[in-house]
Amino acid sequence: MTNSEIGAENKKLAMEKPALWRPDSHLSTTVREMPPSGIRKFFDIVVGMEDVISLGVGEPDFATPWHIREACIYSLEGGHTSYTPNKGLLELREILAESTKEDLGLDYDPEEEILVTTGVSEAVDLAFRATLNPGDEVIVPQPCYVAYVPDILLAGGVPRPVATRLSEEFKLRPEDFADAINEKTKALVLSYPNNPTGAIMTREDLEEIADLVMENDLLVISDEVYAKLTYNGRHASFAQLEGMQDRTVLLNGMSKSCAMTGWRVGYALGDPAIIGAMTKVHQYTMLCAPTMAQVAAVEALRRGESEMKAMKREYDRRRRLFVSELERLGLPCFEPKGAFYAFPSIEGTGLSSEEFAEQLLKEQKVAAVPGNAFGESGEGFLRCSYATSREEILEAIDRIERFLADLGL
Amino acid sequence: MRDFAKEILEVLEENARATPGEIATLLGRSEEEVAAEIKSLEESGVIRKYMTMINWEKIDDGYVYAMIELKVSLQRDKGYDAIAERIARFSEVQSVRLISGDHDISFTVRGRSMKDVAFFVTEKIATLEGVESTCTHFVLKSYKEHGVILYDRTQPKRLVVTA
Repeated sequence: MTNSEIGAENKKLAMEKPALWRPDSHLSTTVREMPPSGIRKFFDIVVGMEDVISLGVGEPDFATPWHIREACIYSLEGGHTSYTPNKGLLELREILAESTKEDLGLDYDPEEEILVTTGVSEAVDLAFRATLNPGDEVIVPQPCYVAYVPDILLAGGVPRPVATRLSEEFKLRPEDFADAINEKTKALVLSYPNNPTGAIMTREDLEEIADLVMENDLLVISDEVYAKLTYNGRHASFAQLEGMQDRTVLLNGMSKSCAMTGWRVGYALGDPAIIGAMTKVHQYTMLCAPTMAQVAAVEALRRGESEMKAMKREYDRRRRLFVSELERLGLPCFEPKGAFYAFPSIEGTGLSSEEFAEQLLKEQKVAAVPGNAFGESGEGFLRCSYATSREEILEAIDRIERFLADLGL
Repeated sequence: MRDFAKEILEVLEENARATPGEIATLLGRSEEEVAAEIKSLEESGVIRKYMTMINWEKIDDGYVYAMIELKVSLQRDKGYDAIAERIARFSEVQSVRLISGDHDISFTVRGRSMKDVAFFVTEKIATLEGVESTCTHFVLKSYKEHGVILYDRTQPKRLVVTA
């Protein structure tokens, strides 16, 4: 047979018997090997359950204040539906510069040093993708928010978890930090006030690790989305330390402080070179954050102060209520200093975090997130969000009390 | 110390039934401190009364409400206080306010029927010395009172578990 005859024959065979389509074989190895989120399982159990009290939610229970929603509706009526500049509305960046100056005393240039993103989640992803080369290591103190490790992997980096402990108020200690550093270490993630522990790091705590950051020429990616929800004293940012502003990519957003999770508005502040690199990725993926959400963010920053403070005061009261009730039940709990989570230890029950959370949900219909969803060092703990009404908090406590009694505790 | 008092008042404004013990937990203070502060707030007249917010429309024998605006001519030696306090004494009257604008005094009346309210205004108020004119607005429906929304709303659902 001639070549062309063979070709025709093959084509005919392929038509008759197409190769088996295995979509799995077309997935990226990184994505395929990425473990699913630890909370996925709970979604499945919860589906179809009635009368569940949820302490499992990582967002405010308040609706976005009406004046903010109203400003967005008004802008939609006015037809403001086109793209904004890649970096976000200049007006918004200017207000962000002002409010950052007010809150932290730091200057950022709205033209070069501020990028508005689609939620802080995007900013986290951009920060890693803009800075990591294959094999670069990033130190991640845990327990922490679930996205850092997968985002580092997606960017080709290597996450290096460092455990923080209840006995040290879940702060990153310089000894543990030093142990994790090697010649491949490029960056450190800080996320204080912390989800899930409610821990904060004071200026003094941050100063203790600053030398190591300098000596090892590290970049700091600091997720400060809960900054405004700091209950004891003022929030401290790593970027405020002397000489550290340019070494820090400061991430923040509107979601938690203004009850605006669904709007997806976050921002990154940092050195022009890094913000520029992040903007490059951003313009080829997201283009810009949603225009209407940016308009709402302007309103929130301009006139949202008093409602923000009222929500914070309410969280603070719930925090005291919840922690004192947990103590009454005999579940040891670190007093959270920020965010809206309590992180009681359930080690004394003899159950693992997942067993505890699963049984609590099935038997008493209280949803909470097992601590190990936030890293191995979260094992033995349960993340409970107190961003829910005081009535629900007390009802949840009653149910947890029954659950513990059934366990014979 | 003023902040402590304000925080107590905020909790009580929202829930008059909150006990000193409950308030103490919410504010991170002792029960004794809270009880003492409440007592002093009561004695100094900052706290006037503990009330219940009721949606009377939900039960059969609803009330009729009206807002009435008055123009008043002042007499020598008598300011607005005299006539306002006089109106306030009627048990039908729920609130009395001195206002700016086209009218001088505004007050709200609660009665069993429109007729009740109308007669009250014409007989008791319009005839008062100094009252030049009255303007009565009957309330057809109330949407929000004392910061509390009265219409039924369905709350949007949050996901039960999120990171």
